[in-house]
Amino acid sequence: MNSAQSFYDQLLASKPSPATGKPDPKAMQAFLAHHPETVRAMAIIKTRVVSSGFADSAFNSLDAFRFVNAAGKTVPVRWATVPMQPVAVETAAQSADTDKNYLFDELITQIHQHPLQWRLMVTIGQPSDPTDDATLPWPSDRQQIDAGMVTIDRVSSEDVGACTDINYDPLVLPSGIEPTNDPLLSARSAAYSRSFTLRAGEKERKAPSAVGTEAILSRRGS
Amino acid sequence: MSTDQLRFAATSRLLHWLMAVLVLAMLFIGVGMVTSESRRYHLLLCVHKPLGIAILVLVIIRFINRQLNPPPPLPDTMPPWMRLAAKGSHVLLYGLMFIMPLVGWGMLSAAPYPVVLLGPVHLPPILPQDPVLYARLRQLHTILAYLFFATFLAHLGAALLHGLIRRDGVFASMASWARSTGSTRETFSGPK
Repeated sequence: MNSAQSFYDQLLASKPSPATGKPDPKAMQAFLAHHPETVRAMAIIKTRVVSSGFADSAFNSLDAFRFVNAAGKTVPVRWATVPMQPVAVETAAQSADTDKNYLFDELITQIHQHPLQWRLMVTIGQPSDPTDDATLPWPSDRQQIDAGMVTIDRVSSEDVGACTDINYDPLVLPSGIEPTNDPLLSARSAAYSRSFTLRAGEKERKAPSAVGTEAILSRRGS
Repeated sequence: MSTDQLRFAATSRLLHWLMAVLVLAMLFIGVGMVTSESRRYHLLLCVHKPLGIAILVLVIIRFINRQLNPPPPLPDTMPPWMRLAAKGSHVLLYGLMFIMPLVGWGMLSAAPYPVVLLGPVHLPPILPQDPVLYARLRQLHTILAYLFFATFLAHLGAALLHGLIRRDGVFASMASWARSTGSTRETFSGPK
């Protein structure tokens, strides 16, 4: 996806048909025929190693941002969190698991046992690297900076956790980080603002998530 | 009566027309912003906040100016209901110009979003973090915006009614920049 329009089109194409309960393959083919960038991105995604869980997964920011130094000079950047936990390949039993929550349940159990850590790796782009198309990877030889460590040592459910009340708006940035011309930043900001307003508005009536405090505590020591 | 007594003071006219441009721009920026997801969204968002604060500052100056330079009296030809409508719509316009930026500022504070004026220049929050309050104020901001649109149109309609149909000098008392001596109201009093 490199625009809100293509995201919308893909959602429509992957909508389950009422007759079969499954997406219409013709609709997806038609979508892909018009979106060669998605075909290319999917080919790249398919080559990756599927890890055994969230703890040994790398998380890549597809959107690009700009870092600005004190002199006002900017560089395009993308970042990734790379797991410190050894990466294990997903087993056949895992991929056959029909429990929808097993990845989340494992993560909760692991964090109860010991903190999980990721390296925050910042990739410095060259002026020629695309910042307005999240489907295009940057060349692999770009400079990488180890910018620190992300440690997760606690887990809480959304009904008591602090993050429910935060809108992770990609246009609300600290001094020194600026948005790029990536159209997804505005699209995400606009959509998140709307959904945050709806979510905040129903807070008094409805729990923020199906995963409540009990789901977290029940996995302690299991 | 002399021209100066029939016309709004120069500072009043200046403030009126400056704010007319800002408010009209603001109404369209606001509506454009919430119905857009393109890169324009970010640009409009960046303009919306400082412009809102500018309107808040200007309406306070304007209110003080109004006490120092009271508006000219309405013509005797205006029936009582019209005077009442004129007074009511002006109270509403002043109220909205004052309340809208405060609701916006309060809503951002409650979210809490940074209240960015320009680059690193931020305003302090005026309300504590409260998501439910944020959602209510966000909704209020929209409702007041449409009320503002309607009031603006009523104001424009009334101005045209005075200027084109009634020709009673009310329009000229704000619109005329001529340095003419003698009564402006007579000049614009229409066919005899």
